[in-house]
Amino acid sequence: MSKGTTVSAAILTSAVAAALSSFAHAAPMTEAEMSAAMDAGKEKCYGVSLAGMNDCAAGPGTTCQGTSTVDYQGNAWTLVPGGTCTSIEVPGDRAGSLEPLDRDLPA
Amino acid sequence: MRPANLNSHGVDDRSGYAAEFVAALLDPERAPPVFISGPNGKAATKRYAVYRNNVTVSLINALAATFPAILRLTGEDFFRAMARLHVRTTPPTSPLLFEYGRDLPEFIERYEHARSLPWLADVARIERAWLDAYHAADAKPLLPETLAAIPPEQLGGVVLTPHPAARVVRSRYSAVTIFAANRRDGPVPRIDAGEPEDALIARPALDVVVRRLPPGGAEFLSRLSAGEPLGAAAEAASTSASDFDISANIAGMLEAGVFTDDRKGNEQ
Repeated sequence: MSKGTTVSAAILTSAVAAALSSFAHAAPMTEAEMSAAMDAGKEKCYGVSLAGMNDCAAGPGTTCQGTSTVDYQGNAWTLVPGGTCTSIEVPGDRAGSLEPLDRDLPA
Repeated sequence: MRPANLNSHGVDDRSGYAAEFVAALLDPERAPPVFISGPNGKAATKRYAVYRNNVTVSLINALAATFPAILRLTGEDFFRAMARLHVRTTPPTSPLLFEYGRDLPEFIERYEHARSLPWLADVARIERAWLDAYHAADAKPLLPETLAAIPPEQLGGVVLTPHPAARVVRSRYSAVTIFAANRRDGPVPRIDAGEPEDALIARPALDVVVRRLPPGGAEFLSRLSAGEPLGAAAEAASTSASDFDISANIAGMLEAGVFTDDRKGNEQ
């Protein structure tokens, strides 16, 4: 590394050494919500990865589901989100609204 | 149906038949293909609707399976309406259903009825990355000992090989927190969406992990993944975030298996 760089070889070396020691404790990169995010990434049937044995997490196309739902016409548009988005707050704006906005109403 | 019937409509080969049959599947405004009919030559609109329905429902269900947090956030009715429109404008290009939905985040960004949820597209990006990480090739994560064994004067020039499963999603919103709260059972707490969060999605072993990256982490990992040497990537990261913690970031990337133990070299 040249002298002009802010990250010198010494800094890098000590960083790797520090990483090695902290790695032993498996310290999370930030705090509580990160471990929550990590847990959330593990679906209900985590730990199983054999092909064909993990319908839950392997995504669509891995089961042979029937398609009995009648859902191809879709003339009755549903324009207002109605799930857990109502608990998410956007700063300077409204939370996910259960009330239709004027601009969303059909003409 | 007699071949003569097909020929009279100019449909005389298998691929032509299939193309005609498929054309109206995702467009209910369009009339069924002229060459299909019910008994005694009656219209076959209802029979054709069975195919329309199966195709549409299976694709909407595929999106629901890939994006469970988006489904939970928006609710069943909203999600299916949005997905139906997406299915019609962007049919799959691969026969593998788990590949479907790569364009949904961009679609959500443009979808006028999702404008009140500006963070939604980034949550969808994390969900898509989650499934990509799940199906990515296996690779051994880079061992801390491998990095520690490199002579100090060569460390800055080390170029790392990205793990096939590792992905970074950057967001101006609290996309990781929203993702995490909606991919598990239980109530969703009030969340302030205004905190920018960068996500790391990786699969060091069998389980996909999703983590919120510390300051400068996304810059650091993106540059390393693009093939920049360790020293240059660390410099860029500390320039982008003054509180960039290099040892915490190196520890985190090792722990999450962002790189594999297949070192390309230590070009100076």
